[in-house]
Amino acid sequence: MIELRNIQKSFDGRTVIDGTSAIMKTGQCNLIIGASGSGKTVLMKCMVGLFEPDKGEILYDGKNFTAMNNKEKTEIRKEIGMLFQGSALFDSMTVQRNIMFPLNMFTDWTYQKKLNRVNEVLERVNLKDSNKKFPSELSGGMKKRVGIARAIVLNPKYLFCDEPNSGLDPQTSLVIDQLIKEITLEYNITTVVNTHDMNSVMEIGNYILYMHKGRKEWEGTNKEIIFSKNKLLNDFIFASEFLKDAKEMRMLEETGKMPNDRNIDDIIK
Amino acid sequence: MKLFTEIGRYLLMLKGMFSKPENMKMYWKELMHQCSEIGFGSLGIVAIISLFIGAVSTIQTAYQLVTPLIPLSTIAQIVRDTVILEFAPTLVCIVLAGVVGSKIASELGNMRVSEQIDALEIMGINTKAYLVMPKIFASLIMIPLLVVISMVLGIIGGRYAGSAAHILSVSTFDKGLMYGFIPYNVFFALAKAYTFSFIISSIPAYFGYYVKGGALEIGQSSTRAVVVSCIMILFSDYVLSALLL
Ligand SMILES: Nc1ncnc2c1ncn2[C@@H]1O[C@H](COP(=O)(O)OP(=O)(O)OP(=O)(O)O)[C@@H](O)[C@H]1O
Ligand SMILES: [Mg+2]
Repeated sequence: MIELRNIQKSFDGRTVIDGTSAIMKTGQCNLIIGASGSGKTVLMKCMVGLFEPDKGEILYDGKNFTAMNNKEKTEIRKEIGMLFQGSALFDSMTVQRNIMFPLNMFTDWTYQKKLNRVNEVLERVNLKDSNKKFPSELSGGMKKRVGIARAIVLNPKYLFCDEPNSGLDPQTSLVIDQLIKEITLEYNITTVVNTHDMNSVMEIGNYILYMHKGRKEWEGTNKEIIFSKNKLLNDFIFASEFLKDAKEMRMLEETGKMPNDRNIDDIIK
Repeated sequence: MKLFTEIGRYLLMLKGMFSKPENMKMYWKELMHQCSEIGFGSLGIVAIISLFIGAVSTIQTAYQLVTPLIPLSTIAQIVRDTVILEFAPTLVCIVLAGVVGSKIASELGNMRVSEQIDALEIMGINTKAYLVMPKIFASLIMIPLLVVISMVLGIIGGRYAGSAAHILSVSTFDKGLMYGFIPYNVFFALAKAYTFSFIISSIPAYFGYYVKGGALEIGQSSTRAVVVSCIMILFSDYVLSALLL
């Protein structure tokens, strides 16, 4: 479980995160959604300690991460896997060495054992036979998947993914969502995902934190989001007519009645 | 004021390098990698520069020594001493500040901007120790070696240039070479080489490690790194000469 208590962060006097609190439970996918520039990446970087929050605390399973010294933070970080928005692969290394790097650094396994593990995670992200490629030879989506493979190779307790499926086709995107969900359940880890992908929100959003201009505007589950009356949230999530219709259909399914005065025939037609 | 913060951050970076390695084998591998990058990577340019510098100093010394009262072998002596004292350590290190320094700064700068440094930090690796320290140690090992090679090649260059231009024969040159040799000069040159190696590696590492922005800033900061390194080399050259000679 990761707990955020009133996190604040500003850059050169400009407030980017303004007093956000949240509780992200273990064994579920916790999503941070919000428009571009709303502070999702900054919030995530505060959580893992790449940015020092100006105010507030972050607790990992009750341990106050913010108050820790470097050595204690390092111990927590060994249990963190993170996918960066830009993938952040080591571009002097092949895919295989990128993924093997954490294993080389923190295990004393034999080469064969490490290689097996690398192939195992590569298979999970649908990237068999890319071992010998360099990051410059990969597409954006492939880089993302290698980034995920590297993040999960050491079986982290906390998994952070900054936009895991931006730049992916809808199908691969679903595969990645499923993978994240599976890993979360299988190893009972705490997963935090930044996204603006509506599919992900609906598929895996056990807990959703909606950020608007650095503030927590709404929080809830993927069930509750359908019934939310929050105007900002609805404008953000159900932006297109298509999604508005989808939302109303879902509401109809769940409650058996239409949310407003729109006619069901209009929608079906 | 800004200068003091920068110096403070530079010193903190150096202090941060010293921590227990997460995995000794990986650090050793990285050190070896850097040694070969820095050492063998610059061998060619150092060899070419040294040969020509030696050759030119023979010809120019001969040109300036017009009186027949001074024996020709003195030319060899002068070439030997200028190459050992100044050309091999200082000039080679200034060139290396460009070659090695800009490489270090842009490599680290690229890693910073593309979040590779953050990715390492998240894994729980001390990036100052893992990325910066091997570069500085590799420089301290390899650059003095390059300077010694440069001394030898510089003198060889001068030796053959002298005979090729019919200024003095190889045997006269060799006689002058042996005459009045002061071993302390080599010690002094090595003291300089070690100081400069540290400058060439740590200053560009600082500029690269703390880059902010994108590709443009990487270029700017590696240029700044080279300029500052060169100034620091010349300044410490002056200080060391005043202290040790
Ligand atoms: N290192 C930084 N220095 C100064 N300002 C920053 C820094 N990083 C982010 N910001 C600012 O913080 C705000 C939030 O940025 P952030 O990257 O968190 O957005 P985001 O929600 O992740 O957007 P996107 O969906 O496009 O990734 C932006 O206005 C950005 O300009
Ligand atoms: Mg972002």
